[in-house]
Amino acid sequence: MKLLTCPMNGPRNIDEFQSFGPVRARPDPNATADRDWSRHLFRAENRKGIVVEWWRHVPSNYFFLAERNLVSNEIIRTFDASELRDRA
Amino acid sequence: MNRLPAPFGSRIDRSRPIRFSFEGKPFEGYGGDSIASALAASGQWVLSRSFKYHRPRGILSMTGADANALVQLPSEPNAAAERTPISEGLRVSAQNVNGSLERDRDAIMDRFGRFLPVGFYYRTFMGPRRDSWLKFWEPIIRRKAGLGVVDTKAPHRHFDKTHLHCDVLVVGAGPAGLSAAIAAADAGADVVLCDENPEVGGVLSYDRYDPAVLPGLSSRLEALPNLRLLTGTVCNGWYEDNWLALIQGNRLHRTRAREVILATGAIEQPAVFRNNDLPGIMLGGAAQRLIRHYGVRPGDSAVVLAAHDDGYRTALDLLDASVSVVELVDPRSAGVTSPLEAELRGKGVAIRKGATIEAAEGTAGNRHLARVRVGGSWIACDLLTVSIGSAPAWQLPCQAGGKVGYDAATQMMTITLPEGPVHLAGAVAGTDEIEDAIASGRRAASAALSRLGHAVADEPPAASPKVARPRYVQPIVADPKGRDFVDFDEDLQVKDLQNATKEGYREIELVKRFTTVGMGPSQGRHSALATARIVAEATGRTVGEIGITTARPPVGPETLGVLAGHHEALERRTALHARHVALNAAMKPVGAWWRPYYYGNASSAEAAVREEILAVREGVGLLDVSTLGKLEIRGPDAGEFLDRLYTMAHANQPVGRVRYCLMLNEMGSVIDDGVAYRMAEDQFYVTATTGAVARVYADMLFWNAEWRLRVDVLNLTGAFSGLNVTGPKARQVLQALESDIDFSRDAFSYLSGREGMVAGVPVRVMRIGFTGELSYELHCPSSLAPELWNAVMAAGRPHGLRPYGLEASRILRLEKGHILIGQDTDAITTPDELGFGWAVSKKKPFFVGKRSIEMRARLGQTRKLVGLQFPAGARNIPGESCLVLRNSAPAGQITSVGYSPSLERHIALAYVHVEDQAEGSLVTVKCRDGELVRAPVVAHAFFDPTNARQEI
Repeated sequence: MKLLTCPMNGPRNIDEFQSFGPVRARPDPNATADRDWSRHLFRAENRKGIVVEWWRHVPSNYFFLAERNLVSNEIIRTFDASELRDRA
Repeated sequence: MNRLPAPFGSRIDRSRPIRFSFEGKPFEGYGGDSIASALAASGQWVLSRSFKYHRPRGILSMTGADANALVQLPSEPNAAAERTPISEGLRVSAQNVNGSLERDRDAIMDRFGRFLPVGFYYRTFMGPRRDSWLKFWEPIIRRKAGLGVVDTKAPHRHFDKTHLHCDVLVVGAGPAGLSAAIAAADAGADVVLCDENPEVGGVLSYDRYDPAVLPGLSSRLEALPNLRLLTGTVCNGWYEDNWLALIQGNRLHRTRAREVILATGAIEQPAVFRNNDLPGIMLGGAAQRLIRHYGVRPGDSAVVLAAHDDGYRTALDLLDASVSVVELVDPRSAGVTSPLEAELRGKGVAIRKGATIEAAEGTAGNRHLARVRVGGSWIACDLLTVSIGSAPAWQLPCQAGGKVGYDAATQMMTITLPEGPVHLAGAVAGTDEIEDAIASGRRAASAALSRLGHAVADEPPAASPKVARPRYVQPIVADPKGRDFVDFDEDLQVKDLQNATKEGYREIELVKRFTTVGMGPSQGRHSALATARIVAEATGRTVGEIGITTARPPVGPETLGVLAGHHEALERRTALHARHVALNAAMKPVGAWWRPYYYGNASSAEAAVREEILAVREGVGLLDVSTLGKLEIRGPDAGEFLDRLYTMAHANQPVGRVRYCLMLNEMGSVIDDGVAYRMAEDQFYVTATTGAVARVYADMLFWNAEWRLRVDVLNLTGAFSGLNVTGPKARQVLQALESDIDFSRDAFSYLSGREGMVAGVPVRVMRIGFTGELSYELHCPSSLAPELWNAVMAAGRPHGLRPYGLEASRILRLEKGHILIGQDTDAITTPDELGFGWAVSKKKPFFVGKRSIEMRARLGQTRKLVGLQFPAGARNIPGESCLVLRNSAPAGQITSVGYSPSLERHIALAYVHVEDQAEGSLVTVKCRDGELVRAPVVAHAFFDPTNARQEI
């Protein structure tokens, strides 16, 4: 079983976590064409490479981010969501 | 009896005779005997019939990996006879037998083999009709094929799981594993050493080596308190980040190791020639295991096939076990010598070089080996041991990311692991001699220790500079008469694999799927290397290019019990559970929760539900609503937060007011509802449906991980309990209780909330009405809920208060047309379809799902949830999920249906075509039996359509 290092709880078995999918730019719902809004809702990118994903530590209901290599399944690093906001 | 005197038989206890039966015949063995060894000791060599041709089969490897030696126990199919210990009175029978093992009616299949070519199934069982496979062929094949029989009445057994953590896990306690574990423990690491056998030593426990080596290693084990030894433990899988499944009997050790050393050894490979599957033909290691572990003499007169020193040692062992060795056949050229040759010749054994076993013949019915052909002449014998080389046990290393290669110079299969926390030691890493294996174990330990940050005391010994001698490669040529088996499990012969390549299946994965090679219980242990060589030869490529098929967990079969473990169904009980039970409630599971369905005996269930409903409508009722989700949202942005999550306006909601809340997902579908009570400017108490609260709680924090609003969400679902006091007399009941809350109509209006004390219990009270009657929902800390329940019950007694259950609650809300999320909604339900336009703010710039419901409204609404009522006394009432038709095509379905005692007829909620939503429209519903019934649409609540009662 894979280990995932939670920024708050440390390394834990991955079955304690729930994936919430890659971080995506959220289009402005009031200024987006129907077609683009539908794509936003129903099209999931699945390109090879490194993605930043939302993860939840279920027992503590803590959401954080993980950088993961989709080819090797290597988790490169995990970090608190505040870092994403600071970067933005 | 074929028993040898001590010291042969290290596993058996001759003072402990055990009686058991095989195929109905009595047998006797000793404590420590496996089924196969005890049978062999009594001369019973045939253990099973083969899968396809029903040929007699017996001991091949003594490792428990083959289908050959699978037997049926009373409550366990496919037990490995070579590993399963005998016990007093155990009833063992043979598998894959039609009639008896001795006289198998299907043995005739052996003669028809040429009509069963590889791929036969795919080609033959397709016709003549489309459903012929399911209707005709499959039942026949199921009867013919398959191995053991599952006993559906098998008694329950105890299984459990443990968690095991260590610095270094060493898999395999042979010379390499032992030395690795000792070296790692010596350095202070926390070490676990596991081995599937009952003793340590691996090859040292049965092969002919210096007898001082094993005690020299094993005596160290006990002196190391930081080394845990798990014998009889199979490592059945490597998973990511060094998580391994160790199975010890009925216990699964879920193991996390920082470093893993795989010392899984090598797997002896059988030779391929005509009739190579006869009982009496076994691997050299099997003969040695029989002799040393069980004190069983494997035959009277033996021929030894030896393309490796192992075979020479086997020959010497056979002599020690007073088996006469007729001849040792070494297929290598005369120039290749073994250091043991002289010793063997000295004991009068004839050694023939440059020859091999060309074919074997059996006794009547092929029940045992009778003679073998070498160089064109036949030699009579009842035992042939085969030692032509081995393959590294690749399963675990490959699961851990190892790549299998082939060294053309040495003709050996090789395994390379990526740099990381998994290391190989011993024969699996290609070592040949015992000293090399021991050194390799120490090297692996050093590598693991340095990764763990331990100071490695001395320089690890360098890899042996000695170049391994090239291995013998048996030329595999199809015998013109066949029966030269490559895969014993699946009865596959050389020509079957060659034919697969002729059919165009050139890749090993395709050859496997076409022929089923390697799919049997031994999972290619004895066939993968030969298959790779045959495919390489047939397609003009190298063995390295062909490779082997992907190895995945589990390494060997595992029982469902081990996977399930010690399982208790999770159940949740409210704080009032004992109260319900004391009141004779019929408790039923609703998801994980147990809830009262009604109060009373099953015989009077209908009457009880009816009385409970009438109590609420005419007097007062009490419902335990503790399973409701309860969330507290606190912080300066709490109003804004709810505004974004729910469709109604909450930021402007006055303190002390309660508002309905409706939650959508991003595609605009309804996913939850509840009420929000604003307790303070910066504090809301929000309910969610029982089934959705876990998800709502997660979603709230997920959204806020992005929004970063200044709020905090607390899940109080378990911490708080809820009691709903409902009915025209509800106010009188509450006013009879000691409280600082004014329950009068003017002071506490509909959709208000109050905090205070009731009967000495701190409560949050909301005036809401799921039943449509005057209702107060009292929420309090769960620890005090029983106290509050008692107080309400006592205060309600003069007013005829009656606790009511889920069934009455379901009907009460149905009479009001109130929806249940998940029951009356599905994945695409919009607020418009529910007629909930009133619950969707038109002013808010944003809430989750807003954009999508606007877009979906433009696409046009196709259905509407409405009430349907059926005539009183109607004979056929459709059930939930029955289709609503429009012009004979499905337009919707019934979502809830029930009998309303207040209206004395059946009522339902249903999706109908959007054009049928008007009051009085007649819609057609298809009942379960196919009958079409008509029912009029009711556009408002069935009961009290003006909602006057809840606001009194």
